[in-house]
Amino acid sequence: MIGADLQILMPEIVLTVFAMGALLVAVYTTKDAMAPLLVWATSGLFVLLAVWIGINGEGSNIAFDGMFVDDGFARFAKVVMLLSAAAVLLMSEAYMQRRGLLKFEYPILVALAVVGMMVMVSAGDLMALYMGLELQSLALYVVASLRRDSVKSTEAGLKYFVLGALSSGLLLYGASLTYGYTGTTLFSGIIEATSDGASLGLLFGLVFLMAGFAFKVSAAPFHMWTPDVYEGSPTPVTAFFATAPKVAAIALFARVVHDAFGGIVGDWQQIVAFLSVASMFLGGIAAIGQRNIKRLMAYSSIAHMGFALMGLAAGTVFGVQAMLIYMAIYVTMNIGTFAFILSMERDGRPVTDIDSLRMFSKKQPLRALAMLVLMFSLAGVPPMVGFFGKFYVLRAAYEGGLVWLAVAGMIASVIGAFYYLRIVYLMYFGEGGEQLESRMNPVLWSMLMGSAAVMVIGVVNLFGIEPIAAAAAGTLVN
Amino acid sequence: MGNILSIITFMPLGAAIILALLLRGDDAAAQRNAKWVALLATTATFLVSLIVLANFDPADTGFQMVEQREWLLGLQYKMGVDGISILFVMLTTFLMPLVIAACWDVTTRVKEYMIAFLILETLMLGVFMALDLVLFYLFFEAGLIPMFLIIGIWGGANRIYASFKFFLYTFLGSVLMLVAMVAMFADAGTTDIPTLMTHTFGTESFSVLGVQIVGGMQTLLWLAFFASFAVKMPMWPVHTWLPDAHVQAPTAGSVVLAAILLKMGGYGFLRFSLPMFPVGSEVMAPLVLTLSAIAIVYTSLVALVQEDMKKLIAYSSVAHMGYVTMGIFTVNQQGIDGAIFQMISHGFISGALFLCVGVIYDRMHTREIDAYGGLVNRMPAYALIFMFFTMANVGLPGTSGFVGEFLTLMGVFQVNTWIAVFATSGVILSAAYALWLYRRVVFGDLIKESLKSITDMTRRERVIFAPLVAMTLLLGVYPALVLDIIGPSVSALVGNYETALATAQAATQFASN
Repeated sequence: MIGADLQILMPEIVLTVFAMGALLVAVYTTKDAMAPLLVWATSGLFVLLAVWIGINGEGSNIAFDGMFVDDGFARFAKVVMLLSAAAVLLMSEAYMQRRGLLKFEYPILVALAVVGMMVMVSAGDLMALYMGLELQSLALYVVASLRRDSVKSTEAGLKYFVLGALSSGLLLYGASLTYGYTGTTLFSGIIEATSDGASLGLLFGLVFLMAGFAFKVSAAPFHMWTPDVYEGSPTPVTAFFATAPKVAAIALFARVVHDAFGGIVGDWQQIVAFLSVASMFLGGIAAIGQRNIKRLMAYSSIAHMGFALMGLAAGTVFGVQAMLIYMAIYVTMNIGTFAFILSMERDGRPVTDIDSLRMFSKKQPLRALAMLVLMFSLAGVPPMVGFFGKFYVLRAAYEGGLVWLAVAGMIASVIGAFYYLRIVYLMYFGEGGEQLESRMNPVLWSMLMGSAAVMVIGVVNLFGIEPIAAAAAGTLVN
Repeated sequence: MGNILSIITFMPLGAAIILALLLRGDDAAAQRNAKWVALLATTATFLVSLIVLANFDPADTGFQMVEQREWLLGLQYKMGVDGISILFVMLTTFLMPLVIAACWDVTTRVKEYMIAFLILETLMLGVFMALDLVLFYLFFEAGLIPMFLIIGIWGGANRIYASFKFFLYTFLGSVLMLVAMVAMFADAGTTDIPTLMTHTFGTESFSVLGVQIVGGMQTLLWLAFFASFAVKMPMWPVHTWLPDAHVQAPTAGSVVLAAILLKMGGYGFLRFSLPMFPVGSEVMAPLVLTLSAIAIVYTSLVALVQEDMKKLIAYSSVAHMGYVTMGIFTVNQQGIDGAIFQMISHGFISGALFLCVGVIYDRMHTREIDAYGGLVNRMPAYALIFMFFTMANVGLPGTSGFVGEFLTLMGVFQVNTWIAVFATSGVILSAAYALWLYRRVVFGDLIKESLKSITDMTRRERVIFAPLVAMTLLLGVYPALVLDIIGPSVSALVGNYETALATAQAATQFASN
């Protein structure tokens, strides 16, 4: 029996063994000198695993008596996470190398974080969920403070750790309440126990659980850590934070509310709707005052999580599908945007002030154009693909009966458009200011161009992602 | 030629891509090449669009030359023209070569400028041909991007403020329309515009937050579309972005904005509001008529006191658009005929007026009315052309401006006499501000030192104005040219509207019995 269970877990096992093996090898041999090699190897493995999961996965497989679920939903999230993590790792190599930050631990920690994420999205039990979540979080706390000699970076790590521990505590408390009132930690057991409504105690548990998830997806009002951590961490790490962990957290959120609490949609729907509307407005309004592009992207990601949660709030299959499509688009846009941010340098030092972008289009028309496409896509202006993400969640919210949420979301998106427009304005007609260096690493360049091209060409058919996301959502909600 | 509409729509985009990929450098030769490519592409688009006009059958009130492909999420890529849209398509293709020719003297970032206009043309044509809600929205919204850049990069001193205001104002208007589109999609199960025209949306009254909504869902949907089109049109009191945008935009940008982009609002009313939400339109029509009358009188008065020529013409545009919205919501043959005619004619006239301002702006680099005076002494040809378009703007019989105003006023007189009375006073006011502007700029003695060496229009400028003069005169003398094409479609629209209203009324009566 155990053999069959392990078979299902194979991608996770492969990645774990790789991470631990790499750790041993690196410690006993050349240490940091082999870090570039490790980065390439890790991202290569990520891509291989993504392909493997994408091609090989079939049906819904349950391992360890329901502790671990491998279904279409999990596979969709895993493929998105693995590919985005691979892209971000590749983008970070040159940047970190030049600043002496490329420690051999970095790719290994990222790999372990990804293992944690994969366990999260496949969790079928509160224990497995917590285990995956902590594995991910602990790795990320360390990665956030990777630049040990920088006060800001260590501050970011510490803040992330303290607040993360708090949220884990909330989540654990919620899990214990849930266990207390249902007598099981298995999602399948919880959904049975709630088939005729939830008791008050269980609702408390649900609320605590959701507070914990909201922290991980950085939804308002649990978003406070995001700007500081985004600003303080080295930029490649910020790029990583903005992509894969977000997908994992929101997929986990969807997994729990549908798999475990799918019987009491009405009870959690309002909470998700509130998180959604609060995030959209907070992200849109708070970003207006930001001049630091990393903080700006932090608020932007808060707003985008609000939109993704809008799909989840619908509480329907289509809502989950919309959320998955939204996340896939969001991740692609962010990879391109961070590739651009990583290339913002002056005299070899990273620049994060958006004023440094003034008249960028004069010197670098192509890169400015790619960034323009990404900014309009993030703002949700057609014909960029970002618009379709918004369209899907909007439709999901409307059909889920949340018309007010749909209207509020659209108004928030107009507010949010302002700061994306400002970047375009600075690049195209903001005069004055010092210029950035024009050098750009070829990896970053191709990521930026690729991402922008996807945003434009995707208008044809979204690269066929729609039926895949529909199938994935179908396995989660029944 | 099953896909001729797509060919027309994407021809400018193709030229833009060619320019973007193949043209290198920024010397005089490259700039000239960019302009010629753009001019050739827009002219070719116009010539191909003539084939559409030739093949168009006015008697058929349905959509013609339809092409349809599956898209994602049950949406479709569907294009087609009918009597209402074809003339807007022709207006766009006709004006774009003139617009390109009008910016021949631009020297900064010429390649990008041409690309922006070419992309804009594709998007504008798409708006008028799209037969799928989301496809329409896509073209409608995407047009903001090139226009934002045109105002921002090539605009005047205060262009940053103007470009942001333009973008955010119109964006806010249209996102509500997007919500309404989603609602329609959910209700009717399709985004196909011809199907939606025959779909009856709910008219049951219900209350939202304690407010009773007469006409129910239709009224709400109508309001959401109204938010978008009223801003685009623009109607008083949401017109304030237009003067700013016009003043800051470069000449060619102003021409496109006034002549084509504003027409999207009117087109939207005719394509969506009237046929899809007849009950909602009926409920809200008094509001629109009132707002239009206010717009006509108020913005004409505002135009009187302007000191900037472009701002004056911008306010005059708002006033003229007031006739259009008024004509549309009379929902009778004369009113709508007049509204469409007015839009087409305003496309020529306001475009030409902005070009007139551009001619002297290029020479003196100011738009202050006080900076001019007595131009007739040194620029006789200019004085003549400016005079002609001033008269057309006033609505002198024999020019196209007269026909549109007369028909809309005739339409509204049958519906509401008071509105007609107020609106007619706008005709007098428009004569006042237009003639006064003309007197201050052109007549009088040439006393300003700076004007003593001003030169008359070049051959290029005259060539640009010639087709506009011809069209304005032709439509003024022989309006049937337009009315014959739109007539059957408009009468079908009015007929369907009245049938739908009668059905809805019968249903209400049946329910109350």
